[in-house]
Amino acid sequence: MIELRDLTLTYDRRPAVHHLSGRFEAGSLTAIIGPNGAGKSTLLKALAGALRPSEGRLDRGGLSPRDIAYLPQQASIDRGFPITAIDTVAMGDWSASGLFGAMSRASWRRASEALAAVGLGGFETRTVGTLSAGQFQRVLFARMLMQDARLILLDEPFTAVDQRTTADLLALVQRWHAEHRTVIAVLHDFEQVRSTFPQVLYLARESVGWGPTPSVLTAANQLRARAMAETWAPDAEPCQRGAA
Amino acid sequence: MIDPYGLLVAPFVEFAFMRRALVASMALSLGCAPVGVFLILRRMSLVGDALSHAILPGAAIAFLFAGLSLGAMAIGGFVAGVLTALGAGALSRLTPLREDATFAAFYLIALAAGVMMVSVGGSGVDLLHVLFGSVLAVDDTALILAASVASVSMLAVAALYRGFVIESFDREFLRVGGGPDRALHAIFLVLLVANLVVSFLALGTLMAIGLMMLPAAAARSWAHGVAGMIGVATGIAALSAYAGLTLSFALDAPSGPSIVLAAGFFYAASVLFGPVGGLVARALPRRHLRG
Repeated sequence: MIELRDLTLTYDRRPAVHHLSGRFEAGSLTAIIGPNGAGKSTLLKALAGALRPSEGRLDRGGLSPRDIAYLPQQASIDRGFPITAIDTVAMGDWSASGLFGAMSRASWRRASEALAAVGLGGFETRTVGTLSAGQFQRVLFARMLMQDARLILLDEPFTAVDQRTTADLLALVQRWHAEHRTVIAVLHDFEQVRSTFPQVLYLARESVGWGPTPSVLTAANQLRARAMAETWAPDAEPCQRGAA
Repeated sequence: MIDPYGLLVAPFVEFAFMRRALVASMALSLGCAPVGVFLILRRMSLVGDALSHAILPGAAIAFLFAGLSLGAMAIGGFVAGVLTALGAGALSRLTPLREDATFAAFYLIALAAGVMMVSVGGSGVDLLHVLFGSVLAVDDTALILAASVASVSMLAVAALYRGFVIESFDREFLRVGGGPDRALHAIFLVLLVANLVVSFLALGTLMAIGLMMLPAAAARSWAHGVAGMIGVATGIAALSAYAGLTLSFALDAPSGPSIVLAAGFFYAASVLFGPVGGLVARALPRRHLRG
């Protein structure tokens, strides 16, 4: 279980996520939705441990960094790097086999299986530079399969990915859910969220709604979210909430 | 009529200083090439270039106090290089300037300070040595130093290979997974500086990066993977060192620029004729595959 208590995340003192409280239950499948600039990616980054809370608490419930797999919105990856698909997938094994250790034959087999599971069987020796954007996204999903993480964080994983790839990768997300892993994904497509994600956090810097999808994904909440995201005061004063 | 034996072999048989130079530059190739491959894969070529100049003031201070002692200059250069690497890295994290701009600022200051110190304290010949190197004046100390740095560097790259590849390819992935990305980066910078110092003694401050960068860049046109690139780069570096020394002996030219020019020749040839994305390979009309 991951618990947020009055969590505020800032860039240059401006809050991107403001006084957010709530919890992601262990094994839950949650979509984070909200307008641009609502703090979705920021929250995910903090959950991954890549950003410190400015105020409040973020309790990962004893998960260590090795239990977390994080797919950033735009992975800072140089696609011209001379590396094959299978070697990229095999990276997911580093915390298990160690940075110095050699990979066991079983691990290589798992890497091959992971590639096959994302529909890229036979692509082992292709270099990543020759893959399409969708194929590369599949490779990154295969790497997460390899990581065998208990918490999986996906930041807009289906942007610039075609319908078929999206369907295949969504099936993987559901498989993770069935394996009782905690999955949190930032998404924009409300239909996807309705059909696949039981829980929703509707974020507009503050929480607009957090709970079962049908009760959160309402027209009233959409209006509220839009109003909250568009307020930006150039001469904002220090926030007093929680200070008293 | 050119006599191949006299041109290619005799200099090294007849003159001890040529043999030393050859051994030193072979050691240099073994140490520098793998580091160079990671340098270009991390897009840090300019940082490497800046660091190679940053070594100069340290070496110059040692030169002012200890004279033309390679050991003292190496230590001084190493200290100055590491301080610059750490300082520029820290400064670019604390200020809005990007790392490349910070490194460029550091290197300009360092180069100017170094040249000033050598000019005021030494002679014009000393300055030429410092700027362009003197692989032909390699003594026992320098030879041992080159061999040690090459050995340590190869062992370190071998042991940390996986970490280096992951960190170069996807740093955020390693960091989020709790991996030692900072430590790997620091170790890499130390290896870089150590190799640059040895390179500096042989090739001079202006050319020090040459035997590291050019073979690695050339290797990209021959290999699909990192390991292959390291192998090709090491071969090209060694070949450039040998060709450069021969050229320098035949034409009575300084060895640093000769070696770097030889490496430049291999780089140009690789970019043109290399099978991986080489310009000729791309222009050749080849039928596409079925699937």
